Amino acid sequence: MTTTNTIEDLANREYKWGFVTQVEEDRIPRGLSEDTIRLISEKKNEPAFMLEWRLKAYRHWATLERSQAEPTWANIHYSPIDYQAMSYYSAPKPRPNRKSLDEVDPEILEAYNKLGISLDEQKRLAGVAVDAVFDSVSVATTFKEKLAEKGVIFCSFSEAVQKHPDLVKKYLGTVVPYSDNFFAALNAAVFSDGSFVYVPKGVHCPMELSTYFRINAAETGQFERTLIIADEGAQVSYLEGCTAPMRDENQLHAAVVELIALDDAKIKYSTVQNWYPGDKEGRGGIYNFVTKRGKCAGRNSHISWTQVETGSAITWKYPSCILMGESSVGEFYSVALTNNHQQADTGTKMIHVGKNTRSTIVSKGISAGFGQNTYRGQVKILKGATNARNYTQCDSLLIGDKCGAHTFPYIDVKNSTARMEHEASTSKIGEDQIFYFRQRGLPAEEAVAMIINGFCKQVFRELPMEFAVEAQKLLSISLEGSVG
Amino acid sequence: MSLLEIRDLHASVNGNEILKGITLTVNAGEVHSLMGPNGSGKSTLAQVLARRETYEVTSGEVIFNGKDLLEMKPEEAASEGLFMAFQYPIEVPGISNPYFLRAALNAQRKYRGEDPLDAMEFLPLLKEKMKLLEMDERFQSRSVNEGFSGGEKKRNEIVQMAILEPKLAILDETDSGLDIDALKIVSRGVNAMRSADRAMILVTHYQRLLDYIVPDFVHVLAGGRIVKSGGPELAHELEREGYGWIEPALAGAR
Repeated sequence: MTTTNTIEDLANREYKWGFVTQVEEDRIPRGLSEDTIRLISEKKNEPAFMLEWRLKAYRHWATLERSQAEPTWANIHYSPIDYQAMSYYSAPKPRPNRKSLDEVDPEILEAYNKLGISLDEQKRLAGVAVDAVFDSVSVATTFKEKLAEKGVIFCSFSEAVQKHPDLVKKYLGTVVPYSDNFFAALNAAVFSDGSFVYVPKGVHCPMELSTYFRINAAETGQFERTLIIADEGAQVSYLEGCTAPMRDENQLHAAVVELIALDDAKIKYSTVQNWYPGDKEGRGGIYNFVTKRGKCAGRNSHISWTQVETGSAITWKYPSCILMGESSVGEFYSVALTNNHQQADTGTKMIHVGKNTRSTIVSKGISAGFGQNTYRGQVKILKGATNARNYTQCDSLLIGDKCGAHTFPYIDVKNSTARMEHEASTSKIGEDQIFYFRQRGLPAEEAVAMIINGFCKQVFRELPMEFAVEAQKLLSISLEGSVG
Repeated sequence: MSLLEIRDLHASVNGNEILKGITLTVNAGEVHSLMGPNGSGKSTLAQVLARRETYEVTSGEVIFNGKDLLEMKPEEAASEGLFMAFQYPIEVPGISNPYFLRAALNAQRKYRGEDPLDAMEFLPLLKEKMKLLEMDERFQSRSVNEGFSGGEKKRNEIVQMAILEPKLAILDETDSGLDIDALKIVSRGVNAMRSADRAMILVTHYQRLLDYIVPDFVHVLAGGRIVKSGGPELAHELEREGYGWIEPALAGAR
């Protein structure tokens, strides 16, 4: 057996999260109009301010759509999306008078069990609270009471709108306004659920928070919205994971995440993204068009993004930081893998506004098969950002000779005291490297895993422990390619 | 029984025959030197023995330690005790030297049905071997061969050999690119590894290495064949007379 075969075998494992759960759906008809927005808002029993905001967003989006302002600058290629052909709301039908988790539809509990996410608090990983979002709605949130003892609010977005409207009203859209971009406008108009976190002054959240997003229904889009606020001196670590069934059609996932860190607050946001990537010929898969942004509003505030992107047919996302507070810190650690016909255009924006602000960018792109991997990053030092510092490291690893790696760093400095460092490298896993490992007794499969883990080490060590292990496994499963 | 038995070995790369019938017997405890001009096939022979797939064996057989070497994958040959020190050791960013070496040793131990060594058991072993090769302690925190000088890479190969303790070590032009001090250090490391149950094949272009590692046998390769074999004195003869005499010898062999 040749090296090439071994690596292909390793890689050709199936997407094992591709099952479909049979549940009764409450789904609205396909299509998008003001009536759709009103219907979604009504279903969620929202206060007037939410409906108004959604309608403004919708009108803005409709203008953009009419003028064909869907962004085209990214290094990705796909057929036009028909926004009238999908349904914007699908929820598993609720059981009447649901009082506790025991009454969550057993089919859904089973689905999460299959995904390795137990919604039973007794069986959960110690120290991780989970919000489970199934299609358009949150179906369960664990450890809510325990968190409430510390004053931490962790619930679905819908629940936050009902129970904490003041907080939602104060912060919603302050980091990613509905007018930010095409997909953010669409999300603001139709988003149906997501997670909400508020950590009060001085509180260090006692456990990891996490949301597990699952797309189940066909011909629907998933539009969730996450809002995390860390008040003065607060700290929180949050992780999201996501999977979807295997289908031949593409499905749109257009999420928005907003983070707000006040004085001395710290937010760590980690993503292990494993949406269905499509099959080997590039049929099907999720379009993952996501806007994620954090605002370091306070002095010494700190926002850190870590992402491991292995899924989706197309990924378009740039988790960013606006560093307003003096001495605030922004970080971005990313591993993006594209295999078969996957495309990723991902990176970050670091906008330095305040004095002594610092940012770090570490991006690791892995391309295999026919995968196309683009790093796109912007570092902007505004006039008032005296003594700002940025360090960017951008590495690409190629496996085989049919894939591509592209790097587009934009640097814009308006203050001469800024210090900028940029490092970039491109390497290839070659037959000679693999042979070296094999001559020392290590099989090709282990060699590739070791090389990839070594390449990604700087990013993996930023992930919470349990998830770092999961991410390593995921990467070796998602890999397909040939070594030559 | 001999450790390595090569019989009429033919091998080609991209359809070009490079080895045209090599026959060689190596017993445990022996050190053989393979010499010859560039393009004579000596590095190809080393790579074929290490089971590199770019070379196609077209005929002949190779018995290593009683088993058919040509049936083995590279990692199997390695685990059976065949080690090759690379002429151009590969850099592996992101993987620390100790981690790589322990993974390799444990992969071989697993193949042989032995328990893996944990870091606490492994580190003293590594330290001892590094001392032998006068490797800096910093080496422990660095990635495999990354940013190493040519000499450091070659010394690192010998550290690996010392840890893996092979039955047969093939040193492919280990002396090339070494200054005299590094050559002495490497030779000392190799000599310390000589033992009655281990054989070595030194592939080299120059006699210089053989002043420090004295072989039991010297073979001269040309045109993919062994054209002359002898004792260590043959290396000196080559040093005096160069490879110019080979052409007629080769013509005679045809």
